[in-house]
Amino acid sequence: MQALVPLIPFLPFIGFAVNGLFGSRLSKSTVGLIGSGALLVSFLLSVACFNEVSATGPIHSVLYNFMTVGSFQVNFSFLVDQLSVWMMLVVTGVGFLIHVYSIGYMHDDEGFWKFFAYLNLFIFSMLLLVMGDNLVMLFFGWEGVGLCSYLLIGFWFTNKEYNKAARKAFIMNRIGDLGLLLGIFLIFKTFGSVAYTDIFSRIESVNPDPAIITAICLLLFVGAIGKSAQIPLYTWLPDAMAGPTPVSALIHAATMVTAGIYLVARCNPLYNLSPDALTIVAAVGLVTSIWAALIGLRQNDIKKVLAYSTVSQLGLMFVALGMGAYVSAMFHVTTHAFFKALLFLGAGSVIHAMGGEQDIRNMGGLRKALPITFWVFLIGTFAISGFPLLAGFFSKDEIFANTYAAGGRLWWGLAGLGGMITAIYMCRLLFVTFFGNFRGTEEQKRHLHESPGVMTIPLIVLAALSVLGGFLNTPHFLHLGTPQWLGHFLEPVVQNADPAHGGEPHHLPESTEWSLMLFTTSLALIVIVVSYFVYAVRRGLPVADADQTGLTRVLARKFYVDEIYDFLFVKPTEKMSQLLHYYADIWAIDGIVNGIGSGVRAVGAQFRKLQNGNMEYYLIGMVVGAVLLFLTLFV
Amino acid sequence: MLDVVKTIPIDYYVYLSSLLFCIGVFGVLIRRNAIVVLMCVELMLNAVNLLLAAFSTYLSDAQGQIMVFFIMVVAAAEAAAGLGILVMIFRNTKSTDIYSLDNLRN
Repeated sequence: MQALVPLIPFLPFIGFAVNGLFGSRLSKSTVGLIGSGALLVSFLLSVACFNEVSATGPIHSVLYNFMTVGSFQVNFSFLVDQLSVWMMLVVTGVGFLIHVYSIGYMHDDEGFWKFFAYLNLFIFSMLLLVMGDNLVMLFFGWEGVGLCSYLLIGFWFTNKEYNKAARKAFIMNRIGDLGLLLGIFLIFKTFGSVAYTDIFSRIESVNPDPAIITAICLLLFVGAIGKSAQIPLYTWLPDAMAGPTPVSALIHAATMVTAGIYLVARCNPLYNLSPDALTIVAAVGLVTSIWAALIGLRQNDIKKVLAYSTVSQLGLMFVALGMGAYVSAMFHVTTHAFFKALLFLGAGSVIHAMGGEQDIRNMGGLRKALPITFWVFLIGTFAISGFPLLAGFFSKDEIFANTYAAGGRLWWGLAGLGGMITAIYMCRLLFVTFFGNFRGTEEQKRHLHESPGVMTIPLIVLAALSVLGGFLNTPHFLHLGTPQWLGHFLEPVVQNADPAHGGEPHHLPESTEWSLMLFTTSLALIVIVVSYFVYAVRRGLPVADADQTGLTRVLARKFYVDEIYDFLFVKPTEKMSQLLHYYADIWAIDGIVNGIGSGVRAVGAQFRKLQNGNMEYYLIGMVVGAVLLFLTLFV
Repeated sequence: MLDVVKTIPIDYYVYLSSLLFCIGVFGVLIRRNAIVVLMCVELMLNAVNLLLAAFSTYLSDAQGQIMVFFIMVVAAAEAAAGLGILVMIFRNTKSTDIYSLDNLRN
């Protein structure tokens, strides 16, 4: 098995190379087959790894020495332990389904082969990120997924707005990457190694200053903020919806954006030493989760709603991490990957049927035309809202319970508020899109059709996962299946902890857990029912852009954050660039270069008069020269 | 024969050949007719020849006169080539004005 481990990331890489180099000459079905086939084999190998890891423990596979500079040594090597094999399963599994879906969704696109090449490259980078046994490998994958994200957001590069969105994502990620890089530097300086096993085993012997640990944790968290779209660097994610919908599902919901969660969970031994850093992680996550949920309430673009929902859910995962509930965060990463991929792909199916329309105000009544899409979207919505026994119910409830145990009532209440708003806007999205009368044009109405099987089958599989995914980690008091199965599986690498209160997580009494669960669940159910009456029965419609007033307007304009950033950072930078352009570049640098040039020309123009082509001038010159020579030599 | 040459003081040969040389130079500088220019060149050459011959006699050294023969041979060849070019120019331009030869200008 150890020998096969490198195949898992390199199969998608081969797929990328084949599709990227020869894709334009291959038929679409071949391209799709190569792209998804490579991933299917990777997924099966990951399953084999999973079996071996759960039976015999981590697999360590060293390929070669990447670089050695003095005492700094990096191996190109993979560490397949419980945490990474879990991420591998999610990445390749959900990734495979999205690849299959893309065959249908992208079928009429000219860049079909390019799309699959990019997707495979993304999977390769993401697998390097989660499989690497050291932080340099992680950084390698981290940058690789950023690049793929950029390429895929700007996939339809002829649209200028899309290009801007791609650039925005790249630049904002770069800000976070700087933090991550500095964090890695500081880790190397402190521990003398970048390999996880070395770092964590040396914590005791090195015994670094708590301030340094906090600095490391915060720097790594800055990287996570960029990649996982938290305040203040979250604005790139909603704009990233410019990419094709499968990209939004794979990269900007299910996998890449959870890299930040993975990073923090991976470095949990460090975070456990720094309760301050954990509090900041939780605070940022909490504010983001409520902030993004509020914006999501008044968005009318089907993908934008889901994007803000993603930001909000990622915030919730950071709350879990900040509370020391690493396992709950990983659990929510998994279930979120299922239902958010499902929701995005469902939205893609709707957009596909509507011929590119994304505004939910122009949809309505789609449940009759798109029955399969409707049902899976309903499952996805209920799963994210916390409908009992669906995936999100278990994972969110676990986070809420851990927040209550570690953070107290206030944290719990605010996190729950975010969760409730999530239920509101998701139900609004569902009911406005699929209920009521059709509000699009006649032409769109004739064009309405259910998506082909290659798209609906991945949807159905994801819907099944969204229903069953919660049973991976059921709480003890419900006595369903194997309680805390995922927690036990991940135990050798990550365990829930509560470093602020002594280290061991605080267990709530069963009665408290019951009442917490009943409270949040009944809230979710009330929200679903009320939304049904408001949006489906009474057919309350979001108002047109021009009629927005007060808070609705503020929310629809996303709290004007983009405008504020524009004013604070973008405009000054542009102004600065213009000044530098005019004064430093055009005036000073070009001035010097052009000045030298025109000076030479001016002198040359004077000398040119000598070469006027008149023989007598030359002769006079010759004679005068000879006479002068004679005079200087002999007189 | 040598005495005849020596009846005239050497200064006069120098003045005469300087005068002839200057006439040749100014002729080359200011005349437009290609034939006259060519003749002026010959004049300069012969001014030098005269000086060489005179000094050769006064110093009783034959080398100067041998040099004169060489110069005459070269001058004859030069005149032949120059006149040949001139004939071709005249056939093409119907003129012997050297300032009309500005086709390569600009």
